[in-house]
Amino acid sequence: MSSIAWFRLASPASFFPLARRLVPWFSAGAAVLAVAGLWLGLLVAPTDAQQGDAYRIIFIHVPAAWMSMFIYVVMAFWCAVSLTFNTRLAAMLAQALAPTGAMFTVLALVTGAMWGKPAWGTYWAWDARMTSELILLFLYFGYMALRNAIDDPRRADRASAVLALVGAINVPIIYFSVKWWNTLHQGASVSLTSAPTMAATMLSGMLIMAFAAWFYAIAVALLRVQAIIVEREKNFRWSGELLRWVR
Amino acid sequence: MLRAERLAAQRGGVTLFANVEFALDCGEALIVTGANGSGKTTLLRIVAGLTQPHSGQLSWRGESIAAFDRSVRAAALYIGHAAALKDDFTAEENLLSLAALHGPAPDRVAAANALREWSLDHHHDIPARVLSQGQRRRIALARMNLARRRLWVLDEPATALDASGVATLEKRVNAHLAAQGVAVIATHKPLALVGTMRRLEL
Amino acid sequence: MAATLEITDETRESSAWRGFAWSMTRDLKLAIRSKAELGVQLLFYVIVVTLFPLAVGAEPLLLRTLGPGVLWVAALLASLLSLSRIFAADFADGSLEQLALSPQPLPALISGKIAAHWMSTGFPLVAASPLLGAQFGLTADEGWLLALGLLIGTPTLSLLGAIGAALTLGLRAGGGLLALLILPLYVPILIFGAGSIEAARAGLGASAQLSLLTAALLATLVGAPLAAAAAVRIALD
Repeated sequence: MSSIAWFRLASPASFFPLARRLVPWFSAGAAVLAVAGLWLGLLVAPTDAQQGDAYRIIFIHVPAAWMSMFIYVVMAFWCAVSLTFNTRLAAMLAQALAPTGAMFTVLALVTGAMWGKPAWGTYWAWDARMTSELILLFLYFGYMALRNAIDDPRRADRASAVLALVGAINVPIIYFSVKWWNTLHQGASVSLTSAPTMAATMLSGMLIMAFAAWFYAIAVALLRVQAIIVEREKNFRWSGELLRWVR
Repeated sequence: MLRAERLAAQRGGVTLFANVEFALDCGEALIVTGANGSGKTTLLRIVAGLTQPHSGQLSWRGESIAAFDRSVRAAALYIGHAAALKDDFTAEENLLSLAALHGPAPDRVAAANALREWSLDHHHDIPARVLSQGQRRRIALARMNLARRRLWVLDEPATALDASGVATLEKRVNAHLAAQGVAVIATHKPLALVGTMRRLEL
Repeated sequence: MAATLEITDETRESSAWRGFAWSMTRDLKLAIRSKAELGVQLLFYVIVVTLFPLAVGAEPLLLRTLGPGVLWVAALLASLLSLSRIFAADFADGSLEQLALSPQPLPALISGKIAAHWMSTGFPLVAASPLLGAQFGLTADEGWLLALGLLIGTPTLSLLGAIGAALTLGLRAGGGLLALLILPLYVPILIFGAGSIEAARAGLGASAQLSLLTAALLATLVGAPLAAAAAVRIALD
């Protein structure tokens, strides 16, 4: 695409119809991949020798954890774009992604606890990865809370973008420090990397679920960004578009 | 020197003004009038470089400028609604502090002269918190005596000033314009200024 | 006296050092004059630290184990308490606009404010910490290690906190929001600070932790004023 087409697309009003057209494709893709992934994970993958069938929750837990981190990176990327080019749409995309990222973080934490009980006897073991995941949740909440607290949408865009970037720079540092803290204070590492040795089917199951989660995240973000665009672009004449959307 | 083309500003999605255009040369002043809420303060903040306009172009000395542009920060004196006074500093300390922020350290003689001109010399060692609104505004405006800036942006400078204060204000602005300075002034009260005035009603 | 100073069009070289010195001396003068806020953070620190033995009991071994953590967490909270005010007064009376419009670089001016803020709030904590540490059964060596860690760590806390304070300028949500934004960023400082004493107790020596704390301080010294300046401009917009 020529550069002119990109810039035209960068206006929220022009992006809106594109987002609407893409949502069904990504939703369908997510559904198909999820069915495939769960079929592999729940039915095809072998029962683990040590953990029995309880381990199967990793087919949700691990993709959720991957997505929680990936979405934060993507969110930070769009924040950087919005600050550099002073565009509204990039900031809206970041705004649309944050709740989904937070949801995946919560999902990872909850499924991690669900896995912890049968596997190691305790719901929460303060291991490095789960503790970092918890702090990531605070970073998401901080972003959303700051957006919420600022009335002016442009100031909210830019302030939360700065926050997201500062957070993104700190995420590796936080992870490293928590890992170090964990090795100092815990003898036996109950980290989730001590998962059952990966059979090929297990790994492909998790990868397929990860893609399913990715497509889901895109679909939901596109849906959410449409609502954000309608809410914020009050000056645009919506008569034609909105009627078609509502119907 | 200062040129605005199709300036537009929004606050919270509401358009305050659009298609504002003006051009000022050395020795000229722009008088901005308008009802409350018409966007006078926003326009002045855009000129001073605190806010980015929603659309349109502002240029200073032929170069287009964005918010917080270096050239404007070196060239402009902005006196807004808030007087930027520290309550715990005396009038003299406030004046010296602000002058030092914006340029080389001013000498105390010049500051004392400024305070005398604005009738503040008897209050020069009292903390600003006990001074009246009119006296606080005088301290804020006394910065004009010490500033050596080309562009003056004054937002309702005559607020809370009595007749003698307004007279001193007019004298100072006229001297600035005579020295080939540029001024953008938002005001409710009419000011007796000499020189080329351009008017803008928002 | 109608004579006006000659207008000068030369854009003088803006000086980061002048900006830093200007804002640091101004803020220190104001802090000393107002007297209202001096010592409040220190008092808060002492009170919070005292709450813990009241909550968990004064059994010496327990206190010794908890001590470094308690002293560090209380320092974090005391730092948070004062940070929301670092820009608030200047924002309210219009001085912050003048800082943003001055020819001096805004990051330098903000660094000066943070330095003054740390001197009046952070440094007293550092000085008081060995005494409080003794209450928790810390040995003299551990007390010095605590003070050294806080000496390196509390400026970092002030620098990071200034970013949060700038982002939340003028918002109604206030202190709770600031805590939510900043505490995750404080986690590494807390881990390495309290961990330095743990490491010393385990005989491993605290040099690794102190080096990391120093690295964090240096990185924040460069980055935080820039981020805070961006946040201030956004808040003034």
